[in-house]
Amino acid sequence: MNYTFDFSFLAEYRPMLMQGLLMTLQLSALSTLMGFVAGTGVAYLRVSNNRLFSIPAAIYVEFIRNTPLLIQAYFLIFGLASIGVDLPIMAGAVIALTINVSAYTAEIMRAGIESIHKGQIEAAHCLGLSKAQVFFRVVLAPATERVYPSLVSQYVLLMLATSILSAVGIDELFGIAARVQSITFRNFEVFIVLGVLYVALSFVVRGAFNLLGKLVFPRLRRLGTPL
Amino acid sequence: MTSGQLLFLLKGFEGTLVLSVLTFVFGGSLGFVVSLMKVSDRWWVRTVASTYISGLQGLPLLVLMGLAFYGPNIWGITLKPLVAAVLALMFYAAAYFAEIWQGCIKSVPKSQWEAAECLGMSRVQRMRLVILPQAVKISLPPTVGFMVQIVKNTSIASLIVGYAELAYNSKILNNSTFQPFLYFGLAALLYFVICYPLSVLSKKMESRLIQR
Repeated sequence: MNYTFDFSFLAEYRPMLMQGLLMTLQLSALSTLMGFVAGTGVAYLRVSNNRLFSIPAAIYVEFIRNTPLLIQAYFLIFGLASIGVDLPIMAGAVIALTINVSAYTAEIMRAGIESIHKGQIEAAHCLGLSKAQVFFRVVLAPATERVYPSLVSQYVLLMLATSILSAVGIDELFGIAARVQSITFRNFEVFIVLGVLYVALSFVVRGAFNLLGKLVFPRLRRLGTPL
Repeated sequence: MTSGQLLFLLKGFEGTLVLSVLTFVFGGSLGFVVSLMKVSDRWWVRTVASTYISGLQGLPLLVLMGLAFYGPNIWGITLKPLVAAVLALMFYAAAYFAEIWQGCIKSVPKSQWEAAECLGMSRVQRMRLVILPQAVKISLPPTVGFMVQIVKNTSIASLIVGYAELAYNSKILNNSTFQPFLYFGLAALLYFVICYPLSVLSKKMESRLIQR
């Protein structure tokens, strides 16, 4: 093997790559937040006794979960452009990611909601809690706490999946790196740098979510017992 | 849409199926080896396996595709798109299969190990004759479930390596006809046709396993 590795492009393109990294984090954070809210809503419709709500929610979840993100992004972004909807590319990307992750969130949250015992909700009503109080404090909070590890794994996967949006022209980490690659022709080196950055990023993001979990759900920290 | 265009789309569908099957075979084989390493009695073998799993799970598949495609270049080898795509998907799938299967192996009750040991079986015999047959039963639902992920993720092979599968061909059709709803809709439907039955099967197997 007479190949000399050359990482000298890093000096010149580091600011660009850092910008891409920031974009990846922004994209992930936005779609995680919106995907969680939307997915929880879909999960509620999914467990509803009214078939008018539960069946469309089930179709939505199954259809999104059984098709690739890339096709969903193409369909949405190129599709909207073809009927003359002038959407900023970034907005399109966030919507595509949100739709995608909301379906996975809905499936996870459904498991959480179904794990809440009916007696708990009845007891809360008996105590005179308002509907909103029951919803947020008796159902949503414990349900989220129970499925939090699954949610974290899903959102780390989402962060990695944002790289796919480079295919529709988003300048996140992967898109920027692809541009650096086409300027410098250091193909393999660029991908090695990308690999290191993404692995580091996934550790940081997972760590941040775990820290957030400790702050939002103090039960384990205070009492030493999980739900 | 002409019949030629439909045929081109179906040709891509065929590519997706080929890539999925090859990934399952090669990724499954490597994943099986890594899962056995994960339950080895030597600590350093377990560490190698854990490092492999957590490292690969922190990489986007797209980056893995790039590494598989451009990596062999440094030895002056240029891989065909299909080979590079299978290589990347194999390493990716192996990490997840290893994680799933090591859990299944560990979930076989400890008393089974002890009983087999009492019968004077060697470690290999215990694994092959007692533990694995039971672990395979437990592993079926999550394995079928992960096959859905494989099928969906073959779409990423259209990007860096440019393997002509369903996503690639539907993109080309859209580029020439500019009917994104039609072609990407059809592509989504074709993916759904493979993935949904697998998802349902996985759920059915799981509930049957719980019932027993």
